[in-house]
Amino acid sequence: MALNRPSEDDVVVAGVGMTPVGEYWDISLRELALRSITEARQGAPTLRPQALFVANMLAASLSAQAHLGTLIADFAGLRGIEAVAIEAAGASGGAAIRQAFLALKSGSVESVLVVGIEKVTDKVGPLVDSALATGTDADYEGIQGITPTTQAAMLMRRYLHEHNAPDDALSGFSINAHTNAVTNPNAMFRRAIGLKQYHNAPMISDPVNMFDAAPLADGAASILLTRRELLSNNSQHPCIRIAASALTTSTLAIHDRPDPLNFRAAKQSVENSLNMAGIGIEQIDFFELHDQFSILAALSLEAAGFAERGKGWKLAQNGDIQLQGEIPISTFGGSKARGDIGGATGVFQAIEVVRQLQGEAQENQVPNAQIGMSQCLGGMGSTVATHIFASDG
Amino acid sequence: MEVSRHWRLNKQRYSLVGEVCPHCEHKLFPPRDICPDCGEDARDLFEFSGKGSVYSFTTVSQAPAGFEESVPYTVAIVQLDEGPLVTAQLTDLGDKPVEIGTPVEMVTRKLRSDGDQGMLIYGYKFRPAFAA
Ligand SMILES: [Zn+2]
Repeated sequence: MALNRPSEDDVVVAGVGMTPVGEYWDISLRELALRSITEARQGAPTLRPQALFVANMLAASLSAQAHLGTLIADFAGLRGIEAVAIEAAGASGGAAIRQAFLALKSGSVESVLVVGIEKVTDKVGPLVDSALATGTDADYEGIQGITPTTQAAMLMRRYLHEHNAPDDALSGFSINAHTNAVTNPNAMFRRAIGLKQYHNAPMISDPVNMFDAAPLADGAASILLTRRELLSNNSQHPCIRIAASALTTSTLAIHDRPDPLNFRAAKQSVENSLNMAGIGIEQIDFFELHDQFSILAALSLEAAGFAERGKGWKLAQNGDIQLQGEIPISTFGGSKARGDIGGATGVFQAIEVVRQLQGEAQENQVPNAQIGMSQCLGGMGSTVATHIFASDG
Repeated sequence: MEVSRHWRLNKQRYSLVGEVCPHCEHKLFPPRDICPDCGEDARDLFEFSGKGSVYSFTTVSQAPAGFEESVPYTVAIVQLDEGPLVTAQLTDLGDKPVEIGTPVEMVTRKLRSDGDQGMLIYGYKFRPAFAA
């Protein structure tokens, strides 16, 4: 199969910007967002966004601030444009890019700015955990005192049990993510870890230990999208297009699935994306998946078709997921080591894919990267947004 | 209103009342009125036995707001004997370790205290069930 040819109505990337992931005590949500917007707009200074989609999950709970579309459009000097927030828990970023893709393809707008923003460190402890739990089924999961960490732990225990996998089967995901983050200046944890540190890590929610779970932090990322026919040709970067976009859903509660270890929405989302791009899974050069928990990396690889059921963890054990491997993942550290930016994740991933395809990933460069896939999950695969990006080169 | 939000779930919380699909016999918990298997209306009430086994579980030591006083507590996905999975806390665990497959039965316990008025919310939990 061959990737669909470039065409004039392709949705293409006009500019990208992201802040380092970390704790921003000194600036507010809107200021953090603006930093990434300013950088993204430098990619195409004459292209004024006609619409703004803001991806965010937690501002209403943690900052008592909803209505982010208007807030950020106004603060970014874009007062008056169409602007709205998109929420799909951890998949918000991918969902916002999907909405931008649809808007541009419809012909209704000519340029869309997608901003992923999360500002979580103003609150700590139980309030953050209950905010995260709002992405679960409040009546039937949340009321039992669960959080996403609890869900991931139950999936991980079941996975290890069903597949007779060793206790440290998933360690390779964390080790790989931390290795890649060392050379990412925007990453929160730039320190390599080994198996020994993994074994000694404190347990958070057994069997999820500290290195199986990503640290939630602040960050903003922006991507400016337009159609190829509208992009001026004097860009210094190779043109990157969105070759496919798909968003699918499963059940909100994991107990509502006949087989919780089968991420059906993720499978469908990848299939839809591959069909749209006209390629097979083997043509994906690297995969920015959503490793908020190490078990999600394994299940996402399996759902996408990179590994058989129960074998996803082996890709992390044998080096296949490394930068030089068969299917590199978390190439800048992923949620695990770059940091988990909640609803902004999908936008960070998209920019990381773009950097790879532009050949500007420096020490994190995946060799010969031509086609990259990003995927973010809302909850434990309840919402799945998948995008395939391709360079013209 | 938080009171009505919990009150309207009393049948589910106190006696595991779900539904059975009259078209394909699929048992549903929680009730959802449209059968996910065959897509038909499924509004016939069905009370589950409350018997099941542990599908998976974990211990929560970092609790969300409203559950801090229960820490540490064990949460499980329980497979009910009639088929559906349900998320619930485990209780009355004693000395014997929980394992995947441990038989359990439903009991009614305090789930949390809610909000400024300190309303107590009760509902299902599961405890180990040993062959009589
Ligand atoms: Zn049915």
